[in-house]
Amino acid sequence: MKPTDTSHPDYYHKVVDCQWGCPAHTNVPEYIRLIANGQFSDAYMLNRESNVFPAILGRVCDRPCEPACRRRRVDEKPVAICRLKRVAADHRDDITDRLPTAPEQKNGKRVACIGAGCASLTVANDLVPMGYEVVIYEALDKTGGLMRTNIPAFRLPGKVLDEEINYIVDMGVDLRLNSPVNSMQALLEEGYDAVFVGSGAPKGKELNLPGRDAADRIHIGIEWLESVAFEHLDSIGEKVLIIGVGNTAMDCCRTSLRLGGKDVKVMARKPREFFKASDWELEDAEEEQVEIVINHSPKEFVIKEGKLVGMLFEQMEYDIDENGRITDSRVTGEKFFPCDDVILAIGQENAFPWIERDLGIEFDQWDVPAVDATTFQSTRAGVFFGGDSAFGPKNIIWAVEHGHQASISIHNYCQKRELTDRLPPTMNLHSTKMGIHEWSYSNDYNPASRRQMPHVELKKRFKKINIEVELGFTLDQVITEVERCMNCDVQTAFFDKLCIECDACIDICPVDCLTITHNGSEQDLRQRLSAPAENPEQDLFVSGDLPHTGRVMVKDEDVCVHCGLCAERCPTGAWDMQQFKLDIPFAEDHQ
Amino acid sequence: MSYISKPVARHPGQKKNSLGLTARDYEGGMSTLCAGCGHDSITAALIQAFFELEVPPHRVAKLSGIGCSSKTPAYFLSASHGLNSVHGRMPSIATGANAACSDLTYVGISGDGDSLSIGLGQFAHAMRRNLNMLYIIENNGVYGLTKGQFSASADIGSKSKRGVPNRFEPIDPVLTAIAMGGSFVARSFSGDKQQLVPLIKAGMAHKGFALLDIISPCVTFNDHDGSTKSYKYTRDNFTEVTHADFVPPAQEITIKYDQGSVQPVTLHDGSRIYLRKIAEDYDPSDRSSASAYIQSHQEKGEVVTGLLYMNSDAPDMHATNQTVATPLRDQDYSVLCPGADALKALQHGYR
Repeated sequence: MKPTDTSHPDYYHKVVDCQWGCPAHTNVPEYIRLIANGQFSDAYMLNRESNVFPAILGRVCDRPCEPACRRRRVDEKPVAICRLKRVAADHRDDITDRLPTAPEQKNGKRVACIGAGCASLTVANDLVPMGYEVVIYEALDKTGGLMRTNIPAFRLPGKVLDEEINYIVDMGVDLRLNSPVNSMQALLEEGYDAVFVGSGAPKGKELNLPGRDAADRIHIGIEWLESVAFEHLDSIGEKVLIIGVGNTAMDCCRTSLRLGGKDVKVMARKPREFFKASDWELEDAEEEQVEIVINHSPKEFVIKEGKLVGMLFEQMEYDIDENGRITDSRVTGEKFFPCDDVILAIGQENAFPWIERDLGIEFDQWDVPAVDATTFQSTRAGVFFGGDSAFGPKNIIWAVEHGHQASISIHNYCQKRELTDRLPPTMNLHSTKMGIHEWSYSNDYNPASRRQMPHVELKKRFKKINIEVELGFTLDQVITEVERCMNCDVQTAFFDKLCIECDACIDICPVDCLTITHNGSEQDLRQRLSAPAENPEQDLFVSGDLPHTGRVMVKDEDVCVHCGLCAERCPTGAWDMQQFKLDIPFAEDHQ
Repeated sequence: MSYISKPVARHPGQKKNSLGLTARDYEGGMSTLCAGCGHDSITAALIQAFFELEVPPHRVAKLSGIGCSSKTPAYFLSASHGLNSVHGRMPSIATGANAACSDLTYVGISGDGDSLSIGLGQFAHAMRRNLNMLYIIENNGVYGLTKGQFSASADIGSKSKRGVPNRFEPIDPVLTAIAMGGSFVARSFSGDKQQLVPLIKAGMAHKGFALLDIISPCVTFNDHDGSTKSYKYTRDNFTEVTHADFVPPAQEITIKYDQGSVQPVTLHDGSRIYLRKIAEDYDPSDRSSASAYIQSHQEKGEVVTGLLYMNSDAPDMHATNQTVATPLRDQDYSVLCPGADALKALQHGYR
């Protein structure tokens, strides 16, 4: 293998699994260290740089960082990254004077954003401080989009939403509530310099089965959640069936329990390993005694005398191969489940009935707009898409990242520069060495297991619909959980010319990730290391030829715990623990 | 010296031996030696060898004297027996322990000061008796613990850190061992585990005194230009004359050799050493020619390594003394001390 090029930010960035896994590349280890240091406001502000909504995301983020977390490969459970974000948000001081502000002198450019959800708000957050005039059109009488209408208040209280959204609105956004955009053409005629579509994926999927049109107790999940959020609905029947087993289904079943549902069942077509819902959302629903019924495929809504009495399901059996894929399925029988209400939570789509099809904005055969994956521009110059409206339903953190990237494009567009004229991320590395065996980070591995989030007692939480179930970590839990983070951003930097091949680093490494050996192909090297490198997703670091023997130092990044003992045991300073900081360019950096 | 202890986290694919132990279960405390000390690599090689030999830790006794080397037993096998003796007196303690408990595996860790200066007399007599133990000398040519004075193994002309050359004749542990009746004599280098680990295993399986002289650079006081025991010098002048592969009893041989170039030696416990000659003219079974070879090549500045002399048939101390098969520790008190009448009868026999 060729010597690894660690001068490209991607190599070390990839080692920080959480940051690499986060669409917005939030600097997770650094904010966890700030929390450990009691600097909650600083931790909050660092979060806000990249993810804009730390308090919201600290509760409801889809947390792609956690499955990626190296701790998971070392002791099964990842660091509770998401909940630590909430800790930073819960304990922050008033940070309003640290927020960006709009300049007195505007730059004369006007940008329209459609929808007051996370994508549009991120665009406003990035562009208003640069002097842009941003107008947000919102159909409803409240901001937040799906964050407010689809996420129940017992998971995300309205107060938390208001606070973080107002940080942005108060910068001087021209927010127009109750202002649905019914015609793109009309909007374009208003002469905005750029238009950003952040209208989400507001259309719940329909289930066209016999009986669908004959009863009024069949609800579309996201519409039903919205009605609950706006208090248009405050009750449901005792027996409720939820169709689908994604995160919306989890919100629907738990909401049903709070509106009078006594026997709530989530009906899944496939076995558990195919569920779309996040593990933690499934756990929370099951804690509330929701029954999840697997291998039942909906067949018919059963109507008697014009009234929904239940649903008929086909009982399924699947053949699953060793790769976990379904190879065959068959129906083994039928079963009737009585119910008062059915909620359909089988997915959602973006829908643009308000965009005229002769404006140069192209749509594909599924009515999804053609959007460039880097610039987020549609096929019409100056019209951009982001969030769920761009590529279909994803999640909040992706929408935020889309917002950041679209902001760069909008800025370039308004300044008459190429949209692809985008700054690459850069990095900074500095040694954390403080003494012979002292480092500026906590390198002592803490074997503690993941802390369990305390919940409001089952008996109490159903009294009102908006009692937040998660209480947040206690002080002791925070102290332990922050120490579970292994500081993966403190990199093992190796200087081959200094190595005397004494083996000290190899001998001390607790997880056998180092080897000095003769060079070879990657496939060959992976088999010849102190412990075979069997995770192809994790890179091998390969040094240049070592001075004494011409062999190479190889590091398998997979389970390195960043304890720094290789550097402590190195007599020549060939290893150093260097803190990596990724600098991500935002719109304001493209001045 | 690190302030933290070694993280308990382990590689998820770490292998277990037939006792259900991983290599990490053979570790000891954190080393307090200098970073980069060769001794720590020897510790790692010992851990590897014990793990691969599947030795139950409680069946091992670690013994040492005084010095940097003699600290190392604290860094491996924390679940075994051990005794840290007076300077240079480890061989006597080992002899006594071995006399009473003949069925433990004895590993003595010593240094060039402990064995070749203050303890030379004890060292010689343990070999003379062919005591059944593995005796490791972690040889760095200096007194590291007292800031780098030359030891008895320093070569003539080797320079101290301040540039002063050594003028005294060195004592070579390997040549001494061959002369004194050591029945297994080997030399290796802390920086070459591929050679070292099989030698440790073979030395432990050998019934008799197994001397393993390991060049173990002192990274603080003897790793500079002009030193003949530095990492660089040892690597540049390393001359392997034989390579030993060790195969434990009842394990199939997977290594393929050209017939004729390999000499298999079966040990008392059924394990085998496959001795591959690298230097054509070297004969590890002939005491006098081996000595002459080592001496002449050392004069040329070569560090001759490998299994250098072996006699698997030499009787060990228990065989020579015709002791009972059951260790004295396990004998009934009435057998060990048969009483006043028996003593009287014995004394009567000498009158």
